[in-house]
Amino acid sequence: MAILVDANTKVICQGITGSFGALHTKGCHNYGTKMVGGVTPGKGGTKDANGLPIFDTVQSAVDATGADATMIFVPPPFAGDAILEAAAAGVRVICAITEGVPVQDMVRVRALLDEMNAGRAPGEGITLIGPNCPGVITPGPKTGSGESGKDPYTNKGCKIGIMPGYIHTHVSEAKTGKSVGIVSRSGTLTYEAVWQTSNLGLAQSTCVGIGGDPVRGMNHIDCLRAFQDDPATDAILMIGEIGGTDEEEAAAFAKAYVKKPIAAFIAGRTAPPGKRMGHAGAIISGGEGGADGKIEALRGAGVEIAETPSHMGEAVARAMGLTVGA
Amino acid sequence: MKIHEHQARQLLADAGVPVPPGVVVESVDDAASVYKRVVGEAGLGEKGLAVVKAQVHAGGRGKAGFVKLVRSPEEATEAARFMLSNRMVSPQTPPEGLEVKQLLIAAGVDIAKEYYLAITTDRATRRNVLIASSEGGVEIEQVAHDNPDAIIKEPIHPVAGLQAHQARRLAFDLGFKGKQVGQAASIMMALAKVFVEKDCTIAEINPLIVTPPSSEYPDGRVLAIDAKFNFDDNALFRQDRVKAMFDPTEENPAEMRAKKFDLSYIALEGNIGCLVNGAGLAMSTMDIIKHYGGQPANFLDVGGGASEEAVTEGFRIILSDSAVKGVMVNIFGGIMRCDIIAQAIVNAAKEVGFEVPLVVRLEGTNVEEGRKILEQAQAEIPTMQTGTDLADAAKKVCAAVAG
Repeated sequence: MAILVDANTKVICQGITGSFGALHTKGCHNYGTKMVGGVTPGKGGTKDANGLPIFDTVQSAVDATGADATMIFVPPPFAGDAILEAAAAGVRVICAITEGVPVQDMVRVRALLDEMNAGRAPGEGITLIGPNCPGVITPGPKTGSGESGKDPYTNKGCKIGIMPGYIHTHVSEAKTGKSVGIVSRSGTLTYEAVWQTSNLGLAQSTCVGIGGDPVRGMNHIDCLRAFQDDPATDAILMIGEIGGTDEEEAAAFAKAYVKKPIAAFIAGRTAPPGKRMGHAGAIISGGEGGADGKIEALRGAGVEIAETPSHMGEAVARAMGLTVGA
Repeated sequence: MKIHEHQARQLLADAGVPVPPGVVVESVDDAASVYKRVVGEAGLGEKGLAVVKAQVHAGGRGKAGFVKLVRSPEEATEAARFMLSNRMVSPQTPPEGLEVKQLLIAAGVDIAKEYYLAITTDRATRRNVLIASSEGGVEIEQVAHDNPDAIIKEPIHPVAGLQAHQARRLAFDLGFKGKQVGQAASIMMALAKVFVEKDCTIAEINPLIVTPPSSEYPDGRVLAIDAKFNFDDNALFRQDRVKAMFDPTEENPAEMRAKKFDLSYIALEGNIGCLVNGAGLAMSTMDIIKHYGGQPANFLDVGGGASEEAVTEGFRIILSDSAVKGVMVNIFGGIMRCDIIAQAIVNAAKEVGFEVPLVVRLEGTNVEEGRKILEQAQAEIPTMQTGTDLADAAKKVCAAVAG
């Protein structure tokens, strides 16, 4: 068990013939993800380097393969449309990796997705992850070298995105026998957290990179809810950053809904106001979005705080009552 | 991306928002004639009121003496001379101040009442929202703090846009009277249109004013006096006109240099240079340096797809900051490969040399290859140490810089 994706998830790649799309389709395929095809308008009927069928439209890819998840690598001007195409074809999990999507495009896309999801229970509708995110991974037990799709790194894992697969740990290989669900607004900081938990003998149930843009799909709350409801997740590690009020909202939600141990780290404690720190969403403006307010809100909700990015693993272990390292 | 006030006024005027006439001057000699022209066009008479405003992106112009009211060609010339020959220093500028190259000379208007009007994207509701207040002319943050009830927030439909009935109701709620209502509502509609069409992140009119009654406008006229626009950098690919308004002289030269190589660099006050992949990890690296008593000299995210050449340029930029007394490299390779970073370190060492302490922490994709490259180069880079993890690297660089 896990959230969002697992060994049975069938995945296509939108933008499979672009350089990043091709590279990461191979990476996911070699990890053991059930990659079933890709979409590039005008290249339908051909095959990619891994022998996967390419389609002209998402609908035809879904009809032919039964895909229920997609990862999107199409360039920013077309990414919003690619998300809506996947949603229209009924793809359940849409993972938009593309960085640099205009905010106004996402305002419209998100409104249309919300309309399609209206009346459905949380998690029952179409789920968008990203854009500007590393993707989502449910680790599997290591079985092979990961050098090719014929000798995949796992045969039960599902990696959709650009994260390095080998840093993750399946529960069967974790010393503590416990799994942490990880949700993060940042890419490489997520890898850091995964690495720290793996080194402490913890597994990851699922890791979700929700992305660094101001308007996006899933937010912290959606992931907290899913992890709380997932029997395979023992604890939650949440990684936020400056900008917006997502972490404050997550703190209130955690207090009301989450019974599992939670730890958090907020990046950007030392960032000066008014400067956009790389991510379009990471900016302190008008007195809103500072790290201290977020940390205070999370502490108030009983969340264990990692004081530095080097202590994320320890913080979640502490929250779980495990004794580890120093 | 930011633009100048005169450019913002032009965008508003093009969208149909009434703006008092104004002209940009770049030399003291032009000030007198432009003053005459502007007050003449506005029908204000020979000694009419005009305002001279320095065109810089930084705020705090008024208090710094770079916004002046003038009532004659001589006063206009004097104001222009002052602004073009002195550097403007305000809390929003670097300590040495900014050189002013352009001035806006605009017709003065009598003000009966000031309002605030802006549109931005509200992250919590994921919608564009119109923000208005009958307390204009001052910092909206101050109003929000002192009297939050004086601020009206109206969500705008993501697909249908601002509706006329919403604008009309807002105009009434803000206290506009008689014929002012229609004028104010159409300004709101125009601002909402330009916000979406030009991919703004903020479009602000402050103040929006009402003039005293006149024979032509018995209820007064509603005018935009000052405007501020910011644009979504991600959307510039479809905003040629906005892109053409970019003023590179307003930007930090090192940040501009970094941008050419798709590096995200922000200069800070400290002395420990940082080179990191990923925005969140880069912020966290700054945080942990500060946690162990150091001061980061910059934020630098090299991103995922950076080439060896781009990363080498990143090192050049860091090392060109004379305040830098140590450098920390923190890479968790995902798309970025550790061997590319290692090779860039070797290149930078050859080219510029690491005279200051360098602490490198590598993890992730191709980490073994990366470490091998560094081991082989250790003799040539004697100031280099490696960190076993994030905390270890941060402690080492802080200790090395502290001496």
